Amino acid sequence: MGIDKLTPEEMAEKLDEVLAQNKGQGQKALMSTLQEAQEIYGFLPLTVQKKVAMTLELSVAEVYGVVSFYSFFSLKPKGDTVFSICLGTACYVKGSRKILDKIEEILGIKSGDVTPDKKFSISACRCIGACGLAPVIMVNDDVYGRLTPDEIPGIIAKYKEA
Amino acid sequence: MELFRAHVLVCCGTGCTSSNSQKIIEQFDKLLPENGLETEVKVVKTGCFGLCAEGPIVVVYPEGVMYYRVTPADVSEIVLEHLLKGRHVNRLMTLSAEPESLTALAAEDSGFFKKQKRIALRNCGVINPEEIDEYIANDGYLALGNILTEKRDPLSIIEVVKKSGLRGRGGGGFPTGLKWEFAAKVENDTKYVCCNADEGDPGAFMDRSILEGDPHSIIEAMAIAGYCIGSSQGYIYVRAEYPIAVQRLKHAIKQAKEYKLLGDDIFGSGFSFDLDIRLGAGAFVCGEETALMRSIEGKRGNPTPRPPFPAVRGLFGKPTILNNVETYANIPIIINQGAEWFASIGTEKSKGTKVFALGGKVNNVGLVEIPMGTTVREIVFDIGGGIPNGKAYKAVQTGGPSGGCIPSSLLDIPIDYDNLVAAGSMMGSGGMIVMDEDTCMVDIAKFFLEFTVDESCGKCTPCRIGTTRMFELLTKITDGTGTMEDLTSLETIAVSLKNASLCALGQTAANPILSTMKHFRDEYIEHVVDKKCRCHVCKGLTEYYIDPEMCKKCSMCAKKCPVNCISGVIGKEPYVIDASKCIKCGACMETCKFKAVLRK
Repeated sequence: MGIDKLTPEEMAEKLDEVLAQNKGQGQKALMSTLQEAQEIYGFLPLTVQKKVAMTLELSVAEVYGVVSFYSFFSLKPKGDTVFSICLGTACYVKGSRKILDKIEEILGIKSGDVTPDKKFSISACRCIGACGLAPVIMVNDDVYGRLTPDEIPGIIAKYKEA
Repeated sequence: MELFRAHVLVCCGTGCTSSNSQKIIEQFDKLLPENGLETEVKVVKTGCFGLCAEGPIVVVYPEGVMYYRVTPADVSEIVLEHLLKGRHVNRLMTLSAEPESLTALAAEDSGFFKKQKRIALRNCGVINPEEIDEYIANDGYLALGNILTEKRDPLSIIEVVKKSGLRGRGGGGFPTGLKWEFAAKVENDTKYVCCNADEGDPGAFMDRSILEGDPHSIIEAMAIAGYCIGSSQGYIYVRAEYPIAVQRLKHAIKQAKEYKLLGDDIFGSGFSFDLDIRLGAGAFVCGEETALMRSIEGKRGNPTPRPPFPAVRGLFGKPTILNNVETYANIPIIINQGAEWFASIGTEKSKGTKVFALGGKVNNVGLVEIPMGTTVREIVFDIGGGIPNGKAYKAVQTGGPSGGCIPSSLLDIPIDYDNLVAAGSMMGSGGMIVMDEDTCMVDIAKFFLEFTVDESCGKCTPCRIGTTRMFELLTKITDGTGTMEDLTSLETIAVSLKNASLCALGQTAANPILSTMKHFRDEYIEHVVDKKCRCHVCKGLTEYYIDPEMCKKCSMCAKKCPVNCISGVIGKEPYVIDASKCIKCGACMETCKFKAVLRK
C-alpha cells in the first residue's frame, strides 16, 4: 500500500478531481473510478461509494455490488504496513501456511484483520507470480522469498522499528 | 548505429525484480563507466529467461554465459573478471541443484533449456521489452505489415490460423481460427478484440512473463485479429496484481501509437485499430470469457449462459473474440513462418508448443516451453531437474483449481489437450505444480476447494452450494471425523456440479477431488478409517509427543512452544506435551536436537 498520509480534506479534494474526469460516464467507468478512489483512501468507505454513484449516475446498490464482488476492493481500512502472504499453489506446497501462522501468532491478529493501533494488517493473497521464490510474502511493496518461519520475527521487527 | 562488443542481459521479470535485479542494473551502470567500458558493453533489461528459482539472472553475450543468483555485490567481479579480462566467473555459473552444468558453458546447453522449444517465448529474455526497435529488429510487426500492405484477404489469414492447428492456450483448447471465423462472418459495424490476461490460476505466471518480456507481440497479434474479423477496438484485461506487466503494456501501446502501428490508417492501408487496457480487480471467475466481458463493462463479473456465444453477442452486446495472451503470442510467428511449419510441431490434435509454469517441489522452478507431446517425466526430471532433497515424486498438478493430479503411473503420457483430459486433469492455462511424498493429497484437494468456494461468484446454486458442501466434507475428513459415506457424498456432489453449473468454474471445480480420489484413494481411506495422515499435514490427525527415553531434559522445546503446552523440569524430569493444548505447529520437533519429539 504505502499510502501517503493525506489529510481528510486533501483526500476529498483528490477524489473530486478523479470524479470530475468521470462525470456521467456510467457503468463502464465504474471499475477504474473505484480503483483510483481506493488509491486515495486505502479502502472504500460508504461515503466514497455514494459520491461515486452520484457522479457516474448509478445507484449506490450497483456500486456496492461491484465493490463487494471484487477482492481487490476493500471495505475495511488497512494497516500502515500490510503483510500479504501468498497462498498460491506453489507457495502452499512449500509451506506458506506455516508462514501465515507465524505472522498471525506474532502480530496477534488473523488474516484480513488490522491491529488495534492500525499499524499492521494481514491479508492472504492468491499468487503474486513469484513462484520461483516460493514461499513468498509481500510487506507493502517489498518482496521476501524463499522464507522459513524462523525468518519471520526478524522481518516483522524491521517494520516495527520503522 | 552504435556497436558493442558485449551485451549484458539482466532479467527484469517479476521474479528477478523481486530479488533485486534493478539494483544489479544500477550497479552495472555505475561500474562500466568507471572501468571505461561504457562504449564497449551494453546493458539490456530483458524479460524472463525462465529459470526463476535461480534468479536474478545475468547473461553475457556473445558467449551466452549465464550467471545465477547474482547479487549487486557480484557485479564488480563480473565487470572486472569477465568483461575486462575475459575470464568467466565460475562460482556464479553453477546451478544450485545441477552441479554438472558447470561444464555447459552456454546457457542453451544446460539441461533446463535443451528440451525446450521457444516459440511463444521467442523474445523473452532476448530483447528489451521497453524498446519497440528491438522487437521490430526481431521480425516484429512484419506479419502485420505484410498483411496490411499487401491488403490480404482477411479470410485467407483466418485460413492460415485454422491450418496451423493453433488451439486456445487459456485452458479449453478451442481452435483459434474457428473462433475468428465465427466472429468474421457475423455482420456488424462494431466488433471487439479482447485479450484475456487475467491469469488468476494460482501458481501460473506464463502470461505475465510474456506481457513483461514481449508486450509488442500481443499488440501486433490483436491488430491482426482486428483486421481479420473487422474490428477497430481492442481491450486487454489484465490483473491489477501484475504492476510490471501493466506498466510495460502501457509503455508498449504508447510506442506503437508513436510509430503509427496502432491508431488510424495503419501502414496507409485504411485499417484502424486502437487498444485499451482494463485492470482486473481480483476475481478468479473473470478468467471465464462471459464474466470477463461483464467486468470490462464495469459490472460484477457474473458469467452469462452461452449461447449466445461472444462471437455473436459479446462485449457491449457486439460480436467479440477473446483469446489468451499465449495464444496471441503465437500468431505473428505463424503468419511469418506459415501454417505448415507450426503444424509440424506437436501431436496430431495439439499443434505447436505450450508454456508451463513449473513450480512446487522441483529443483528448476521456472517457465518452460515444450513442444506438445513431451512427457510429464521429461518436464519434471530432465528440464525440472527432479525433486529436491532426494524425496520421491508423488504427483504433478496441472490446470489449477480446474485440473487434477497426474500420478507416477502416468508420468510417460505425452502432454496434449486430449491426453490430459483423459488422465482426469486438463491443460488449463499452464500451471504445473510438482508434489513430493510430503504433500497430502486430501489436503491439496481441500486447498483447491477452499479457493473455489472463495471465488465462486454465487450466481448459480450448484456451484455456490456444491463447492461449500464439498469443502465441509473435506474439512471433516482432514479433521479425522469423516466417514466412508462422506466419500460417496463427495462423488455424488461432484457429478451434479459438473453437470449443472453455469460456467466452467463450477463445471470443473470438482476435478481436484475426483482426480485425487481416483489416483490416491488409499490416502482418503487412511484419513477416514485409520484416522491417519501419512504426510503429517492434516493437523487433526497428527499428534506430537516426546519420547521420555530420548529426552535430555534441556527445555529447548518448552521455550519454543508458542502456547506453553510443554512442561518438565530442566535436568530432572523429561518434558511432556499436553495434547489438549497443542496447536501442532511442529516448532518443538524442529528445535529438538536429540530427535526426542515424535509425531504419529
